[in-house]
Amino acid sequence: MKIIALDSSGLVASVAILEDDVLLAEYSVNYKKTHSQTLLPMLDEIANMIGLDKESVDAIAVAAGPGSFTGLRIGSATAKGLGLALGKPIIEVPTLAGMAYNLPYARGLVCPVMDARRQQVYNGIYRFEGKCMTTIIDQRAIAAADLIAELNDMDSAETNEGVIFLGDGSYVVEPYAAESLTIPYSFAPPHLARQSAASVGALAMEMYRKGEFVPADAHAPIYLRKSQAEQERERRNM
Amino acid sequence: MNNVDILAIETSCDETAAAVVRNGREVLSNVIYTQIDMHTIYGGVVPELASRAHVEKINFVIRKALDDAGKTLDDMDAVAVTYGPGLVGALLVGVAEAKAIAWAAGKPLIGVHHIEGHICANYIEHPDLKPPYLGLVVSGGHTHLIIVEDWAKFRILGRTVDDAAGEAFDKVARAIGLGYPGGPKIDKVSKEGNSEAIVFPKAKVNGSEYDFSFSGLKSAVLNYLNHAQMTGEEVRKADLAASFQKAVVDVLCEHTMRAAKDFGMREVALAGGVASNSALRAALARECERRGLHLSVPSPGYCTDNAAMIGVAAFHEYQAGARSGWDLNAVPNLRLGER
Repeated sequence: MKIIALDSSGLVASVAILEDDVLLAEYSVNYKKTHSQTLLPMLDEIANMIGLDKESVDAIAVAAGPGSFTGLRIGSATAKGLGLALGKPIIEVPTLAGMAYNLPYARGLVCPVMDARRQQVYNGIYRFEGKCMTTIIDQRAIAAADLIAELNDMDSAETNEGVIFLGDGSYVVEPYAAESLTIPYSFAPPHLARQSAASVGALAMEMYRKGEFVPADAHAPIYLRKSQAEQERERRNM
Repeated sequence: MNNVDILAIETSCDETAAAVVRNGREVLSNVIYTQIDMHTIYGGVVPELASRAHVEKINFVIRKALDDAGKTLDDMDAVAVTYGPGLVGALLVGVAEAKAIAWAAGKPLIGVHHIEGHICANYIEHPDLKPPYLGLVVSGGHTHLIIVEDWAKFRILGRTVDDAAGEAFDKVARAIGLGYPGGPKIDKVSKEGNSEAIVFPKAKVNGSEYDFSFSGLKSAVLNYLNHAQMTGEEVRKADLAASFQKAVVDVLCEHTMRAAKDFGMREVALAGGVASNSALRAALARECERRGLHLSVPSPGYCTDNAAMIGVAAFHEYQAGARSGWDLNAVPNLRLGER
């Protein structure tokens, strides 16, 4: 079982190739260059490094959203092109679940946050029993202040071991947490704090085994937000 | 000679398109998913919605293009894609998709200039057309007067300094309540109007005799409407549309004819979405005939955005040895002749 995994949902461009329980290669770049220029050259590089036989790939995993609209589309169109050419399905990994998967064995809540602008974050809340992850709250867009209030209101049985934030939304959440978060909290260290295609691929492997994949033709990003034009139109028609 | 079959992808604006083209002349398939209905309620193309629709439809469109041609990806000699100019988010979908397909299938990748594609649309139905010739590309996003010096060599003589001609059509159509897309609607209503009814100014661009400017004309139309409204004067929409259309067509024809004379061109090729405008086609045909010039015009289906034209242009780039890298990026304001 071989998977190509992609994550271009945020500032990080990340690609990985996994075979069963082995991570064969991962390449992540957190720099200004656009994903359009980096993602495929990176994949080409690692594929060459491991002498990948493209025909041997069983599925394409992609961080399917939320995230930067353009970034998501670069990842999705890349995944769809790979899926079309190789005749393989796509495993749509929710971006935030993929991020949470950076931190298996974590105690307490795992709380990935992506900067969604206007003091909002894309966020989901997860918990690990060993390496088994459960979703406490599914991914959504939420005001940073509301997320903190929500964590404060959660059952203490859920929160007594605190919460770990990760992701580029940490900067957005940090001042709110410092001001009013009443449970213990921390931020993931740099090597675990951003999107990683290895995590996306590892979670995708679990999803694939459960039959959670779609034909490449049917895949589209999960934006969580309507376009500006649609939002304005709805507001006018209200 | 072995056949060269190219899979071409085009997503620069609001059409998701794919085609298979043989030897730069023969269209084996040409699939277009148009998003016009989706954008109509907004009165124009919404870039974010266009980009979203491209991602949703692109695989279906590509698969149908291969199926219609009776081909598989393995049969292709190259994968081509429009990488500019156009809407950046829309372009990026096609570029990412094409790169992934070419990479996975082990095929060469060829990035194609959208305007080059429009001009090359003429080769499909005019087998005798070959460089050098004069090209006039007129669409919703572009107005270019070009000398096609060789198959993949272009020299820009003039371009619009503000609105594209098609953009002016859209804006004027909106102002007189005809709706979107403006080009076909103005063309239609103009047939019942008197094009001599109102005389609009023809903008000259200082210092550049082949450049175009349409924003002054658009303003003149809007001012005319405002004035009529204030004085309670009745506006005959058909006359206004016909007069505006004539002003656009006249300036396009004049520049083209002057360039043909100045550069001794005997062949003229019209291209782009506005090339399907009946008044422009008729006027250019008349002017060319008067001067003994030969005019090529694609049929309307090849004037609006399509991927067949990209496959034709890609063939000539392919023959010239052009190959794109996996770092090919979308370039929204890509200039002709740049790589």
